[in-house]
Amino acid sequence: MFDLTGKNALVTGATGGLGNAIARKLHAQGATVALSGTRENVLQELADELGERAHVLSCNLSDAEAVDALPKQAAEAMGSLDILVANAGITKDQLLMRMKDEDWDQVIRINLESYFRLSRAALRGMMKARWGRIIGITSVVGVTGNPGQTNYCASKAGMIGFSKSLAQEVAARGVTVNCVAPGFIASPMTDVLTDDQKSAILSKIPAGDLGSGDDIAAAVVYLASQEANYMTGQTLHVNGGMAMI
Amino acid sequence: MSDVLERVTKIVIEHLDVDAEKVTEKASFIDDLGADSLDNVELVMAFEEEFDIEIPDDAAEHIQTVGDAVKFISEKVG
Repeated sequence: MFDLTGKNALVTGATGGLGNAIARKLHAQGATVALSGTRENVLQELADELGERAHVLSCNLSDAEAVDALPKQAAEAMGSLDILVANAGITKDQLLMRMKDEDWDQVIRINLESYFRLSRAALRGMMKARWGRIIGITSVVGVTGNPGQTNYCASKAGMIGFSKSLAQEVAARGVTVNCVAPGFIASPMTDVLTDDQKSAILSKIPAGDLGSGDDIAAAVVYLASQEANYMTGQTLHVNGGMAMI
Repeated sequence: MSDVLERVTKIVIEHLDVDAEKVTEKASFIDDLGADSLDNVELVMAFEEEFDIEIPDDAAEHIQTVGDAVKFISEKVG
């Protein structure tokens, strides 16, 4: 099950913890992966470790032209682009009353607009091939909201609405569009939390623990697979029961 | 048969998977050849690629038949 041999996947934000785990798991299932991010040396390290079937494509997602061109570069490097995982994202947290225009703009541009640009550019080949998988990594807070993150939550909720609409446009062509919504995932960001902060968070998670990158990557692998061909326009919530939607 | 008509016809046959005799100049993509709106968009993109031209959205809206496509493309490629 979930064999991805012969499939070519582009993962954005592959330098981050989640993107790294997603790229590894897709690769482990047999896919060829194109790793995209801003820190080329980190991407190269991962590619070297994966060995064959790994390509490095550095890209700054706040540069619209570069984003438009990325899927084509990926297709040229790998032969085609069958699976797009839009994972890159940033936060610029601030209470709305104190939020600057640029905090809003940057988050929307990198999290939401790049998803639109990447999807649009990736679709052409997928439509021709009559097969494609577009997977957006959103967040539980895109559905529940979170104070201090109006920009981030708007961008993540936007990804979900975008995916539902696009899913309806392209469903008849064998292209599915879905999201994965992680809850609280262990990362360098959560490592620095104090024990009190951690226990406050964990008290809200029925599973009693933070999630891992692998938990998210497993959901991505499923959505990328042939087995998920009847699954489209959906959001898989992977959050240890923190929010049941 | 003009070169443009020949190439357009070939794309339409391939893309919509229809019999060659159905693809006449008067044939409407949607009414006669079973295309949906997404097929129309894909056809326009295929024409753009084949003839290396750009077909703006407002022009694309008026390309409803094989003949419309041939006429527009012929004018563009001179």
